Amino acid sequence: MTVVQVDTEVTTGSPPPPERRRRGVPKSLWNALSVVLGVGVWWGFSLTGFDIPAPPEVLKRGGELIADGTLADDVLASLGRVLAGFVLGVALAIPVGFLMGWYGVARGLLEPWVQFFRTIPPLAIIPLAVVLMGIGETPKIFVIFLASFLACVIATFQGVVNVDKTLINAARVLGAKDGTIFARVVVPASTPFILVGMRVGLGSSWATLVAAELIAAQQGLGYRMQSAQLYYDLPTIFVGLISIGVLGLLMDRVLLLAERRLTNWQERR
Amino acid sequence: MITIQNVRKTFPIKGGEFVALGGVDLDIADNEFVTVVGPSGCGKTTVMNILAGLETPTSGQALVREKEITGPGPDRGVIFQQYALFPWLTVRKNVEFGLRTAGVGRDERRERAQHFIDLVGLHDFADALPRTLSGGMKQRCAIARAYAVNPSILLMDEPFGAVDALTRVRLQEQLLQTWSQEKRTVVFITHDVDEAVFLANRVVVMAARPGRIVEIVDVDLPYPRTEELRLSPAFTALRNRVWSAVYHQEPIA
Repeated sequence: MTVVQVDTEVTTGSPPPPERRRRGVPKSLWNALSVVLGVGVWWGFSLTGFDIPAPPEVLKRGGELIADGTLADDVLASLGRVLAGFVLGVALAIPVGFLMGWYGVARGLLEPWVQFFRTIPPLAIIPLAVVLMGIGETPKIFVIFLASFLACVIATFQGVVNVDKTLINAARVLGAKDGTIFARVVVPASTPFILVGMRVGLGSSWATLVAAELIAAQQGLGYRMQSAQLYYDLPTIFVGLISIGVLGLLMDRVLLLAERRLTNWQERR
Repeated sequence: MITIQNVRKTFPIKGGEFVALGGVDLDIADNEFVTVVGPSGCGKTTVMNILAGLETPTSGQALVREKEITGPGPDRGVIFQQYALFPWLTVRKNVEFGLRTAGVGRDERRERAQHFIDLVGLHDFADALPRTLSGGMKQRCAIARAYAVNPSILLMDEPFGAVDALTRVRLQEQLLQTWSQEKRTVVFITHDVDEAVFLANRVVVMAARPGRIVEIVDVDLPYPRTEELRLSPAFTALRNRVWSAVYHQEPIA
């Protein structure tokens, strides 16, 4: 009853083998080497008369800030703002992006505004936000929200617009109506775009954070760095920079992991 | 039974209209295997899209069992040239897609999907993602997916156009075997004259500007069609006839 006898055209049943370990040295070893080299260069500069603190000095300051709880408080305050702004931004960007991609009317109405606000750097919104929202948490979260929303909404919209027409037709001829097509074709097909948008949005969230903490903050990594600036306290500034970098990197890795798992079906080059 | 009556399809273009189909008439009987062959721009894909319900004729009518086609329906399965598999679903989930939209229960869905996966010989790849399949396997998966919803009509738009010549011959033989086991009405679009003659009961030859039918060639060769048949004088004679109908078309004055 079976139709097929031999399959000469069979390629592989399992995903293609990883190409990473081509020359024996794993990529993570190169990464580690790069970090060590980078710190070495930094140390070198600090010894040759550049006016920057050496790594041990920064490490010591970091230890102090951890010991008195300042760093933890700052990290929590900043992380809270970034997460709140980012989550709100993405939560709004995804439905708006879908609306814009799916309905011509929504696109026509929303696109000019999205494009307009996209050209304004979030930092330029800060004066307006302060006047309208005061100096509490609201304006800080608002500018981060705006930054991540704008990055993510464009990506989602592009994702929906780029859904292969043949896939939609294939779903239609298999009896799917609009709702089903949306949920089972458009959403999965645009997931890779949304995730890229989220990563870009996360990046801009962190980028906006320090500026947002210019607004009369009492705590936060950005605030700590600005007050350190007044006292010429370079080690504290370095601790702040490194903390932001590490936190941003960690969150990006989490998203990257989600991306790998959710879009594992993609053909990758 | 498919009836196409004086179907015209025009598209507006700058400064006028483009006539994709200028009055096409065709009747196709149940369980007939009809191939449509013609040069590019002859409107063969438009014919298929109208039958699929993805496009509507500008004038004239297309009917299935005397009912006018108003949109896609489960009675008509479509197989696209670009496979159009959902890349995030496994072979099995792809084949089950139409059954799910039809509200078929889980167990029955599994069983029916498995039957057609076996039929096209993808048993060992049922849980593989499309990206791990070769072009020919993807197209077999698409065939299983179309078969699974049990349509009485299969519409195939150059389904083997994107695979290499060897795979193509094998897929043609497999398609005929599948069809002989599970008889359906098949409308198969191609630009390959050999393929058109090898598969069909009847070959419909179309011409461009405007898109129209110029000749219908009956292929009275027996099934199952074999390799020997491909090399037989009878096949060659038919092939030559279709070839000259396709490549030596008189333009309409």
